[in-house]
Amino acid sequence: MSSALTTPAPRPQRRDTVPETELATAAANRAVGVRTLRPALGLGVLALLALLVFALGASGQAVQFRLSEDDDAVRLPDLCVPSAPWGWFVAVALAALAVWAAVRARKLPRWAAVLAGFLFVTGFLVWVVATARTPSLSVTALLAGSVALATPLVFGSLGGLLCERSGVVNIAIEAQLLFGAFAAAVAGTLAGSAWVGLLAAVLGSVLVSAVLALFAIRFRVNQVIVGVVLNVLVSGLTGFLFATVLEPNAAVFNAPERLPLVRIPLLAEIPVIGPVLFDQSVIGYLMYLAVAVVWFALYRTRWGLRTRAVGEHPKAADTLGVSVNALRVRNVLLGGAVAGIGGAFYTLVSVSAFTRDMTAGAGYIALAALIFGRWNPVGALLASLLFGFASNLESILSFLGTPVPSQFLAMLPYVVTILAVAGLVGRSRGPAASGEPYTKE
Amino acid sequence: MSASTAPAPTEQVSAPPPTELSADGQRRTLLGSTLQSVLAVVTALLLGGLLVAVTDEKVRHTAGYFFARPGDTFAAMWRAASSAYVAMFHGAVYNPSGAGLSGKLYPLTETLTVATPLILAGLGVALAFRAGLFNIGAQGQILVGATLAAWVGFSWHLPAGVHLLAVLAAGALGGAVWGGIVGLLKARTGAHEVILTIMLNYVALNLVAWLLTLPGFQREGSSNPISPAVDENAMFPKLLGEHFRLHWGFVVAVLATVAVAWLLNRSTVGFELRAVGANPRAARTAGISVTRGFVVVMLLAGMLAGLAGTAQISGTEHSLTSGVAASFGFDAITVALLGRSTPWGTFFAGILYGAFRAGGVTMQSMTGTNIDIVLVVQSLIVLFVALPPLLTLATRRRRIQEVAA
Repeated sequence: MSSALTTPAPRPQRRDTVPETELATAAANRAVGVRTLRPALGLGVLALLALLVFALGASGQAVQFRLSEDDDAVRLPDLCVPSAPWGWFVAVALAALAVWAAVRARKLPRWAAVLAGFLFVTGFLVWVVATARTPSLSVTALLAGSVALATPLVFGSLGGLLCERSGVVNIAIEAQLLFGAFAAAVAGTLAGSAWVGLLAAVLGSVLVSAVLALFAIRFRVNQVIVGVVLNVLVSGLTGFLFATVLEPNAAVFNAPERLPLVRIPLLAEIPVIGPVLFDQSVIGYLMYLAVAVVWFALYRTRWGLRTRAVGEHPKAADTLGVSVNALRVRNVLLGGAVAGIGGAFYTLVSVSAFTRDMTAGAGYIALAALIFGRWNPVGALLASLLFGFASNLESILSFLGTPVPSQFLAMLPYVVTILAVAGLVGRSRGPAASGEPYTKE
Repeated sequence: MSASTAPAPTEQVSAPPPTELSADGQRRTLLGSTLQSVLAVVTALLLGGLLVAVTDEKVRHTAGYFFARPGDTFAAMWRAASSAYVAMFHGAVYNPSGAGLSGKLYPLTETLTVATPLILAGLGVALAFRAGLFNIGAQGQILVGATLAAWVGFSWHLPAGVHLLAVLAAGALGGAVWGGIVGLLKARTGAHEVILTIMLNYVALNLVAWLLTLPGFQREGSSNPISPAVDENAMFPKLLGEHFRLHWGFVVAVLATVAVAWLLNRSTVGFELRAVGANPRAARTAGISVTRGFVVVMLLAGMLAGLAGTAQISGTEHSLTSGVAASFGFDAITVALLGRSTPWGTFFAGILYGAFRAGGVTMQSMTGTNIDIVLVVQSLIVLFVALPPLLTLATRRRRIQEVAA
């Protein structure tokens, strides 16, 4: 019986707004892989953009990508890319992909989508840096900063994923990150140990999760409402305690020591990749571990099967003897623990003090990453990295002085998420039973 | 539960009726719900007071010798909490040390001023709730409405009266566009409105920040992201004379409440919206277009939030900044929830939260209590309103009394 559940059945559709006939044809289309020109259209738009902006709008300057710094053990020569030829190359390559997709007229394979995304991002990067006053960019700094900015997003979206895959909508990621950061700062300072701070962040975030579980699962209060309210509550509570207790006695409550940076010998000497991947805080390494563990647990263990079953069709899971609400409570608490590590990143790694609303909406970006990554751990990681890249690029570009308004880069995560849920860039569908409380009959 | 009763997942139609905060399915009587709301407010205030008391400097000092003289600690706690709330009351309702009657009642007019955008945006959220949609996007709708209203306000130069109407229309249009995007995308693609509205809030915020760097929007001679002030003609006239900030926007809020009440309870459109919210599948069977309902309700909800943005521009702020919406859009959600998504409930909840805000400012300056305590109290109220045990506790006691009588 349960083996039938291992193969992900075609997801139950929740298109409550579309007439049934259209629903049926849509399902039929998916089943036989009917011809579609949608991917070709999307690629065509990208190619046109590349032609107009990257190729015709190129500034003519060559861009210098610095692959290593002066004091590195292994030195690589700088990479010089002339902006106009590269813009033309990207435009032509994307156009070729579009033609190929039009001839093929089927769903785009994943490698093609990744290739198109990579081409477009590099095209944009070369174009935008070439418009700067000093068209020179350290690739290591660009990537390392992206990974750092992405770290709390990854933990936040993994925490949200654990909730949502078992059918509980988690709007409260922001609250979990913020309270984790707060708890880490206070406990870390009081105990004089960053490790205690990390533990406190996990516990603090689990506490937020416990309130979410209590209201959303036990009392069946609408999950979105609880999430929204928790965000306000935690923002107010930490803001109040910060102003009243932390700020006047900063040395006693708000000066945690930082988690150590761990530099892996030899591996850290590899140019570009080394400093990005192998010279990080403990939380940075935990991030890769967490993605791998969540992925394996979700798709290769009994717990994962049950979690997904409960998230897609709780009644069926219940019929097979899975205790739906108990599993949901456990997963929501576990999700809180994961998100809490991300919260600790703010006060134990990036800066060593809590400030009011210091997560600044990262919880919502994590939610966006979760959705853009299609409720999949690896997808969430990649989406978080993309969003981290965008916000790092935003600060680097304002430093380099390009004419592109930084607000548009800041907007990027939200816009691509809207496009994703609206089905314009692929289609992003959540677990079918997400958001609906379950009552056993 | 729609999840458990839906015969097949393909026919599943989501949206549990959010007017009932909890899904326990029991009909709440008017008295019961009012009682629950009052209980929720009292409990939240008590907990907030406790938080103020525990974190107070003097209380911590007296707690040092708690076992020698516990009375001191409790006295200090009482003083801390009560003085904060007294200051809040003085700032929100009645100030005994004010000069003359107008000075004494000034705080009340402040409360109504702050309540104006809360009521308008709250109505937008409530209306969407009634149609089964979670409009988390009032913040973005306020911002876009305020942007358009401000632009018409400072760049057009029209005669008195006409200009204000144009600004009102522009604000409503801006909000309606931003809300309508959500309705349209949901209707056309089935995308979830919670995600759309959250994302659009941030898009709006960045859009406004960018606009304020453009020469057409930025105030001349200023390097700060602030627009020119709107024309005199584009401002709401003061309601009670120049000494008070209270403006005709409050009258707009009252009229909007009446209009929404009429729309929901007396009009065909309102009936259809409520039907869509209560049971979309039944509504569709009855021949109501659910998708059209989504678009209509989001247009209207955005329009109301856009009017809240206009109230900010024409009423109090007079120029556009990226902080013009403050956190009214998020507070509006709690206002609508406390008001149980009814028009007049939202109206009075808006006034209550306006009082918290206006009083909170006074409290912070008088007693040094941080204003964030208001956020704590507000969110606790909503949590307690949603909490079924409070209600069961109250009604059970009432039933026992009835039996005894």
